[in-house]
Amino acid sequence: MTPPASEAQQGGTGAAAASGPPTPNTTETPNTPNATNAANTTNMTKTSSTPNASTASPASGGRPGLGLRLDVRNLSLLGVLLALVIVGGFTRPEQFLSTSNLQLVLTQASVIGVVTVGMTFVITSGGIDLSVGAILALASVWATTVATQEYGFGGILFTAVAVGLACGLVNGLLIAYGGMVPFIATLAMLASARGLALQITEGKTQIVTVQSVLDLGVPDSYVLGIPPLVLVFAAVTVIGWLVLNRTTFGRRTVAVGGNAEAARLAGIDVRRQRLYLYLLSGLCCGIAAFLLIILAGSGQNTNGNLYELDAIAAAIIGGTLLTGGRGTIVGSVLGVLVFTTITNIFALNNLQSDVQQIAKGAIIVAAVLIQRRTLRGGES
Amino acid sequence: MAPASAPAPPQTPLLTMSGITKTFPGVRALDGVDLEVQAGEVHCLLGQNGAGKSTLIKVLAGAHQPDDGVITWQGEAITLKSPIAAMRHGIATIYQELDLVEGLSVAENIFLGHEPTSAGFVVKGREARARATDLLARLGHPEIQAHRPVGSLSAAQQQIVSMARALSHDVRLIVMDEPSAALDPDEVDNLFRTVATLTADGVAVIYISHRLEEIRRIGDRVTVIKDGRTVAVGLPADRTPTHEVVALMTGRNVEYVFPERPAPATAAARPEPVLRVEGLAREGEFEPVDLELRPGEIVGLAGLVGSGRSEILETIYGARKPTAGRVLVDGVALRPGSVRSAVRAGLGLAPEERKAQGLLMLESVTRNVSVSTLSRFSRAGWLDHGAERSAAHRAIRELSLRPDNPDARIRTLSGGNQQKAVLARWLLRGCRVLLLDEPTRGVDVGARAELYAVIRRLADDGLAVLLVSSEVPEVLGLADRVLVLREGRVVHRAPAQELDEHRVLDLVMEGSPTR
Repeated sequence: MTPPASEAQQGGTGAAAASGPPTPNTTETPNTPNATNAANTTNMTKTSSTPNASTASPASGGRPGLGLRLDVRNLSLLGVLLALVIVGGFTRPEQFLSTSNLQLVLTQASVIGVVTVGMTFVITSGGIDLSVGAILALASVWATTVATQEYGFGGILFTAVAVGLACGLVNGLLIAYGGMVPFIATLAMLASARGLALQITEGKTQIVTVQSVLDLGVPDSYVLGIPPLVLVFAAVTVIGWLVLNRTTFGRRTVAVGGNAEAARLAGIDVRRQRLYLYLLSGLCCGIAAFLLIILAGSGQNTNGNLYELDAIAAAIIGGTLLTGGRGTIVGSVLGVLVFTTITNIFALNNLQSDVQQIAKGAIIVAAVLIQRRTLRGGES
Repeated sequence: MAPASAPAPPQTPLLTMSGITKTFPGVRALDGVDLEVQAGEVHCLLGQNGAGKSTLIKVLAGAHQPDDGVITWQGEAITLKSPIAAMRHGIATIYQELDLVEGLSVAENIFLGHEPTSAGFVVKGREARARATDLLARLGHPEIQAHRPVGSLSAAQQQIVSMARALSHDVRLIVMDEPSAALDPDEVDNLFRTVATLTADGVAVIYISHRLEEIRRIGDRVTVIKDGRTVAVGLPADRTPTHEVVALMTGRNVEYVFPERPAPATAAARPEPVLRVEGLAREGEFEPVDLELRPGEIVGLAGLVGSGRSEILETIYGARKPTAGRVLVDGVALRPGSVRSAVRAGLGLAPEERKAQGLLMLESVTRNVSVSTLSRFSRAGWLDHGAERSAAHRAIRELSLRPDNPDARIRTLSGGNQQKAVLARWLLRGCRVLLLDEPTRGVDVGARAELYAVIRRLADDGLAVLLVSSEVPEVLGLADRVLVLREGRVVHRAPAQELDEHRVLDLVMEGSPTR
């Protein structure tokens, strides 16, 4: 057998790019970033201290060859989050770091977070789902009509999830088997789902009267101080991570996003995979709608306004490629937390939302620029 | 050139290229090519696939920079740093894949990038249309309307628009790369009339075609290149006999080492065919073809670009839907147009465009190898990464893929090793029929012999291999039996030993376009 370093250049590049735990190169890996740093040929090392990378984030597990890069990205997002926490703690020491405020931030992150997990799958497959906000609104109002509320807790939960799945099914069928471009198909869904939500509510807020649903939003229901909504968000995140990184479904998603033609010629049923992905996104919207109903105690046709853009932005700053082929659940969740924390800090400091929007925009630009640099570093 | 000097005598060539060399990583594409073109002539450039024709015309178009050699243009040494520089000198190239914008009009395409404007930015549409109409009339095609979108024109008309665009630049030399490949006979006649109009005006044309008959009709002189070198300069196009041209094109300096063929089995010992293709056809691409493939044998499809080689392969694989006929594996018909049905029956394809159709370029070797076999490493959808990795490792080791590291990123591998990763994918799946489309494209010379040996070894282990290659020696050297294709039809089938390069080239090149 030829030793790995027989072709110096290939061996070297492989070792630099691959930091996967189970490789024979593992022992070399911690050295590689240092060497790179010393050579000053890449920007990766400037953003964070890379030698810690392989231990810091669970996302790298089982992603040989991608681990290093994802870690850098996630670490830089963690850095941003930490900076935000410092800013928050500095400007409003008492309010920001209080337990109730942290609970609030995480609760607020839950709804958009669950949506973003679904979005991450869709974007990883090279698609896009512009209809998530509208599906969320439709599911939340359909689940809170007087007729649905008669069936109580189960009725509301079932309806929210079923509406989400149904919308996802329509999206998936149009895209996978109707040959429509995801952007257009989900744009159409955005318009019609919002319209239908308005038709159902006639513009009125539908108050939830089912006590068992409302109970999940009050502090009495907190488990060890953690709101149930946050638990759901955490569960969705963990399951999403497992599915993306540890199952054939996740692998096929990445393959379809990386090269749909190659995936098809390798024998993967690309169309069915796409259908499942939009179903998954719809399911996440349904779950998020139920969380929103608990949080707001009502259903409204204006719910989830512009959530599609927030979810896409969170996924992108997290490190998921908009062109597909690479996705990270951990990054997406960090992205959501960054955005939610900014909103919280601005609210606590009584700053206008216009400044907040500008800050959001700046973060998106900065995150993507950093990613491009790390990517380019990896090409060499 | 100093204006005071006497006008150049007619003998001064318009263009002289001498000693042009160009090396790509691992490949010496041009190894001292000479070319001389006179104003007003149609100069034909002949050579096999891989001889270096495309590299040469890209050097001339300013798209590649030569490593060495001199380009003399109207008596002056020049360097062509970019396509724009070539354009400024008056050299235009019309590639096989036309570079027109389908959504724009004929006039807009012709003046793309140098639109007639007022005040520097307002496009004078009427003037552009009028000038476009003039140019098209000059080319003998006044029927092409300047305002029509290019997408609504036929392939032949689009070619005329490309020529008009070249003429709009005050061009002195037009390079045409297989312009007749997509045309029917009438359109070819039209094209030739247009070329004659151009040369009458003193414009020189470098004409690349595989059809000797065409070259006889419009060519003045012929330059033949082989293995990156010029082997004949300025042969008279109308008098040089075919066998002489073919002899010049064949007989390589670089001899590939092919593995030995096993002795043909006796009729009784021959295994039953694993793949049977019955009357498979796709209208407009290839006519009904019958084919049998037995375990352990390699069958080659030889033919020019556009002869239907790849189309046949992809249709067998289900990537294209046949308009007639069927494909049977072990006597069971595959679902037409279903890749999954083919893969499940044991077919595997190494596609022509390795990067675009074969590989997941962002991923590791393991993931590229295991992508067709995921269910084997999973229980209820749950992947066992360890099993996946070690199985992929075994498969790449069996093919001696380097580096011997299943975690290496696929894009860091050389072309030959990337191809091995694709083969390992099917090896891992335990496929029984391997369809190889240009398996050595982009693979450097040294790595080819190794790839040939791997393919033969897979056949010896009982795989049936169907091989498509535009390089005739490759088909002849590797395959047991060969089918020769011309314009979508099988024109000859024979054991590889009974054919030689001359015979195959004669078969694929002779005759006129009949479609």
